[in-house]
Amino acid sequence: MAHGSGGKLSHDLVKNIMWPAFANEILGEMHDGAQFAIHGARLAFSTDSYVVKPLFFPGGDIGKLAVCGTVNDVAMNGAVPLYLSAGFILEEGFPIESLQRIVASMHKAAAEAGVHIVTGDTKVVEKGGVDGVYINTAGIGYRLDGVHISGQNARPGQDIILNGYLGEHALAVMGERHGLTFPQSVVSDCAPLNGLVAQILAAVPQISVLRDPTRGGLATTLAEIAMQSEVGILLDETQIPISPAVQAACDILGFDPLYLANEGKMIVFVDKEYTGQVLKIMHSHSYGEQARIIGQVTEKPTGQVGLRTIIGGVRLLDMLIGDQLPRIC
Amino acid sequence: MLNMTNEQVKKTAEFFKREIASLAGSRKVRLMEVCGTHTVAIFKAGIRQLLPVSVELVSGPGCPVCVTPNEYLDTAIAYSKQPEVIIVTFGDMLKVPGSSSNLGLQKAAGADIRIVYSPQESLAIATENPDKKVIFLAVGFETTAPIAAAVILMAEQAGIKNFYALSAHKLVPPALRALLMAKDTHVDGFLLPGHVSAMIGMQPYEFLIEEFHTPAVVVGFEPLDILQGIYLLLKQIQADTPKLENQYGRIVPQRGNEVACATLDKVYERADATWRGIGSIPLSGLAIRENYLSFDAKTNIPVRVENTKEHVGCRCGEVLRGNILPTACILFGNSCRPEHPVGSCMVSVEGTCAAWYKYGAGRWQG
Amino acid sequence: MCLAVPGKIVEVQDLLATVDVSGVTRKISLMLLPEAKVGQFVLIHAGFAIQEIDEEEVRKTLELFKELEEYAEHDQ
Repeated sequence: MAHGSGGKLSHDLVKNIMWPAFANEILGEMHDGAQFAIHGARLAFSTDSYVVKPLFFPGGDIGKLAVCGTVNDVAMNGAVPLYLSAGFILEEGFPIESLQRIVASMHKAAAEAGVHIVTGDTKVVEKGGVDGVYINTAGIGYRLDGVHISGQNARPGQDIILNGYLGEHALAVMGERHGLTFPQSVVSDCAPLNGLVAQILAAVPQISVLRDPTRGGLATTLAEIAMQSEVGILLDETQIPISPAVQAACDILGFDPLYLANEGKMIVFVDKEYTGQVLKIMHSHSYGEQARIIGQVTEKPTGQVGLRTIIGGVRLLDMLIGDQLPRIC
Repeated sequence: MLNMTNEQVKKTAEFFKREIASLAGSRKVRLMEVCGTHTVAIFKAGIRQLLPVSVELVSGPGCPVCVTPNEYLDTAIAYSKQPEVIIVTFGDMLKVPGSSSNLGLQKAAGADIRIVYSPQESLAIATENPDKKVIFLAVGFETTAPIAAAVILMAEQAGIKNFYALSAHKLVPPALRALLMAKDTHVDGFLLPGHVSAMIGMQPYEFLIEEFHTPAVVVGFEPLDILQGIYLLLKQIQADTPKLENQYGRIVPQRGNEVACATLDKVYERADATWRGIGSIPLSGLAIRENYLSFDAKTNIPVRVENTKEHVGCRCGEVLRGNILPTACILFGNSCRPEHPVGSCMVSVEGTCAAWYKYGAGRWQG
Repeated sequence: MCLAVPGKIVEVQDLLATVDVSGVTRKISLMLLPEAKVGQFVLIHAGFAIQEIDEEEVRKTLELFKELEEYAEHDQ
């Protein structure tokens, strides 16, 4: 099934099967998590399942990913994540030492993010039932006062800020497939961004769109927002940071870095009057040092993302369909 | 390799944009590129945005995946269903539709199909699985064919007996000839494939000038290479002096890669071939020579292939010949889209229709 | 069919070279380019080196592009 790698097919599965079955207003808003209130408390709630292979990779492991991924999903709703659940599905015979490593990694990531794993579950299935271990985490937090984040809130004229280099996680996970050896510098960018998000929102609560470009990459994430907000987005190719090693691997295998998964990146849509402030805050934070403006929101063409290329042309960016595969053509 | 700052690239591009506009004037000119990688490079660089509307860039039959007939895919799919077979393929082939399925679907259903970056990886797979038959899907033009030949020779040298190739290589110059001989072809100049030329050199294209007086330039793949290629073609057209030029001198020597050509020639010989959407073109493909048939999948592994069905309404052939734009086909964007392609042009990333769909009709209407 | 990338040969052992592309390395066969040497830049495709990169031609191309860039500047 090519549906799991993010992009159009996953989107279609959710749209055509899940939504009709679960139909409700909160789900309909199509955030990365759910936003609702309980007795006046404004909350955000998100879940994700982690099936990454290999389990351990430069810069992280499935455990760190499971914590950071959900922490970030909650934070991207303009919320402070507090509590996580963690469900494990283990293959019979899974090495205890590996499980210990993973759990220690989750603890470390949670500590950095300032969240607690307060409930969970563990199941063991027969050999072959799962591939090693799968982890599901769900997270809940409170949305900051005066903050309203939604994929529908992009407005023409806004600046779009990205906090750093693309494709690092995807490459770190790809590891030595197809005989490629990456320099030591290629390390997953997996990181909890909730601290940085909180700092930005404390200074500029007017921020209305936040998202982390995970599966499907930057292009897919922006395409979704452009469609939800019914705006255009025009990016500047010369401003999008891609390291030479990531670019090289992509050139060799025929991948497009704009569609590679990231686990420590965030996109911020901001009204021009606040751009300087946001950049200043990001630059002072370890996960925002490389932040820069990568493009603007335009009035039209609605629902489209364009990339102004290095020679001054424009390329249209669509959502990712299926997986990227190495090619010769 | 070209160390230029973004600013420098942009300014050089501006020079070409101006010159191209001035050379083209109001004259309508149709230039054809014959390499799927050029199709994608042109879209990715946003080149059409910089050209006057009178300069039309069309894509010819340069995507080897797109011109592979249904029958080949059906054969590969039939092989993949045999439990003792491991299929090894480039990623490009995975979503190409056969008559009723594709390799991606077969893989999801449990067939042993492995994606490689280099066909050489097949040999390790064959050695590690001595009880299996490893079949490599050998497609591609002259850039890739010598590599398939080299891997067959490596298998021979290493005494590997369970490696086979299912070959469907195609050759560019015969396709260009067939194109120019067709009545309804109207092309004012060719952007020739830089990496195919790195292998075959310049000589195989001389007939374009000698017999057909059609301007042709061998072009690289950087945005500036492509702009310069278009500029050189327009200069030729304006001066009415068709020539064969080499824009990609840093990679393409006059004689190509003679070792690669000899390697190819040792294992393969020319044969008639069927091009999807075009039909049979004489001596436009490659077949394994008799003394290497022990590596030929079809000779050694019996297989039953379903009856090939072509899809009705698909106008890939006309698209491949550059006679219509994808948007002229009623299936385009409707029943034929990248996620459920009908014809080959929509399947490969480099297929004209897929590139058109994914990258837009070339112009940002902002 | 033309996805090929320039890289620098950093090691050669018989007909197997290690090629470096901006820090990413891979073992590449020199079967189709047996004369290639350490330090040379080559074009790699599907795990094979298929052509030498002519550094003199690179220099000429670069020079030409930079010259044209100046034409564009002057005529502004």
